[in-house]
Amino acid sequence: MVDIFFSYATFDSMARLATPLLFACLAGLYSERSGVVDIGLEGKMLGAAFGAACVAFLTANAWLGLLTGIGVAVGLSLLHGFASITNRGNQIVSGVAINFLAAGLTALLGQAWFGQGGRTPSLPEGGRFLEITLPFAEEMASVPVIGRFYSEFLSGHNILLYLAFLAVPLTWWVLFRTRFGLRLRAVGENPAAVDTAGISVTFLRYRAVIICGILCGFAGAYLAIAQSSGFIKDMTAGKGFIALAALIFAKWKPLNAMLACLLFGYLDAVAIRMQGQPLPGIGEVPVQVFQALPYVLTVILLAGFIGKAIPPKASGIPYLKERT
Amino acid sequence: MSAGQLPRWADLGLIPLLNLTAAFLVSGLVVLIIGENPVEVVKILLWGSLGFGEGIGFTLFYATNFIFTGLAVAVAFHAGLFNIGGEGQAYVGGLGVAAACLMLDTLVPWWVTLPFVILCAAAAGAAWAFIPAWLQAHRGSHVVITTIMFNFIAASMMVYLLVNVIGEAGSMQPETRTFEAGGHLPMLNDIFPFLDFGTAPVNLSLILALLSAFGVWLLIWRTRLGYAIRTLGANATAAVYAGISPARIIIIAMMISGALAGMMAINEIMGSQHRLLIEFVSGYGFVGIAVALMGRGHPVGIVLAAVLFGMLYQGGAELAFEIPAITRDMILVIQGLVILFAGALEYMFRPTLVRIFTFARTPASAASATPAK
Repeated sequence: MVDIFFSYATFDSMARLATPLLFACLAGLYSERSGVVDIGLEGKMLGAAFGAACVAFLTANAWLGLLTGIGVAVGLSLLHGFASITNRGNQIVSGVAINFLAAGLTALLGQAWFGQGGRTPSLPEGGRFLEITLPFAEEMASVPVIGRFYSEFLSGHNILLYLAFLAVPLTWWVLFRTRFGLRLRAVGENPAAVDTAGISVTFLRYRAVIICGILCGFAGAYLAIAQSSGFIKDMTAGKGFIALAALIFAKWKPLNAMLACLLFGYLDAVAIRMQGQPLPGIGEVPVQVFQALPYVLTVILLAGFIGKAIPPKASGIPYLKERT
Repeated sequence: MSAGQLPRWADLGLIPLLNLTAAFLVSGLVVLIIGENPVEVVKILLWGSLGFGEGIGFTLFYATNFIFTGLAVAVAFHAGLFNIGGEGQAYVGGLGVAAACLMLDTLVPWWVTLPFVILCAAAAGAAWAFIPAWLQAHRGSHVVITTIMFNFIAASMMVYLLVNVIGEAGSMQPETRTFEAGGHLPMLNDIFPFLDFGTAPVNLSLILALLSAFGVWLLIWRTRLGYAIRTLGANATAAVYAGISPARIIIIAMMISGALAGMMAINEIMGSQHRLLIEFVSGYGFVGIAVALMGRGHPVGIVLAAVLFGMLYQGGAELAFEIPAITRDMILVIQGLVILFAGALEYMFRPTLVRIFTFARTPASAASATPAK
């Protein structure tokens, strides 16, 4: 019983399940901090997963796959930017459109190109990011506590997982210790002030949206060519929205984002292991409870019952430069 | 800078038409990428959706769903709220339909069941919309995010209920028992014997949907409440000065919206499936967004847009049958493009049009030649 909640196997799958969420969550973080709300995380991830799987299958090169995934997601991001920054369209409507486009195009093109019901064929060798054994993992395994932690938990993941967790301090540093980050945060709070300072609101937001695309590219590639071996129709299955929930949960802060994603990953990992297992005193908890929990928690948080989640002030509002 | 410089017909007719054309042109490009002939595709779409009785029947059946969900999105839109939760509200609405049908179907004929079904479906949908509405009104949680969350919560809850609580005992399928005659809406075929819709499940709820569209028109443009809703949507600050309580209107508008979405379930559950089954909404709630945007929030526009999307759904099924390379996912693409061009890029063509019109007005002769793009 305790195994389900506390074991290296559970923690391992927590980290694996949290990784795509984390990439997507950080992606949303950059975008929303700059004042561009992004409901389209799901679609960008899906598009990236498809692009990554296609190219990884054709070239048997995981890195080219990753690059393609990033390209697709950045393309969708630029579309979002064109609609919501340049044309000052409704950001939510644009995000919804991107989700539809990605869901439709990936399934349609997947079927047209590979004829396997919207999935790509299984990836050849080299087309996947494989698990890396960290140095000395074998030797360390016998060392008590630390050794097992190192060899069973830290070691044996693919490179994208490590990159996701590295992206957290990097994001913190970019946002809070660089000039670009300062301006990015400022443009999400008060674009007029940034404009007055002679900095282009449009260019800043476009850069944020592009970073968002790059990170979504990583998220999608992780799903298709690291966690699985190929693209499956609708394989993101709501992860983009969970990432959005995690972003709110994290109150738009990088370190919190990691914790929120780990929490949601943990819930997922436990839910998988809990199926059919009765809890002492409670009985069998339906797996749907765990599935709904991140969303329920987010709603409760949004309602301000467990702290207040205040988004960047200018997020969702297109900026119109006043002209004289 | 450009507001109000276009004639009304251009604003209401030309711009949506341009946006729609753009969406369909890009869809045609997608067809070309797949390596099929767009003209052929359009032919099959039109024939499949309007070419024969059964096709028309299915088109109208799908359109019924979209009228409901489109109206739902539109009512919230008029209040300045973006209800993305139509999917969840319709799903929970199914619960209301099933509750009424399961209780009454063996006891009374359908026309006695129907009022209860309408009431239960609307109430269930409205209840599901109430929580996000209340949270928006009183706790300031953004209704877009909460309704998205509520879609997922609804999905989990319904799976749980269908598997563990209301599912038919002894059946492996997560669905309720099939309703008896008292839980079946009559097909239009049976009411109007001169119509020939074949096996298409188009039923009485189409009439209900049209009545709802009329009702929404009355509500929004002919009542005090509708005025309050539109005022709030146009300018929340002005609404407060006019003595309108935003919290109250937000909740009422969202609940009406949820009720309309919930009523979609009548068509699917009581009209066609005759049992509550898993994932019966299958995206119709989201199509409502595209329908409402395309119909510009007006019931007449929504009915027309709903028929167009019904054609896409039915023609799309025919298309998937005729050209295996083009699956029904093509509809998702078209839908995404419609949302993109009619919604997010709504005003992309506007500056150009304004320039053309101001240019055309000075010589006063070339006005009719300008729309060509």
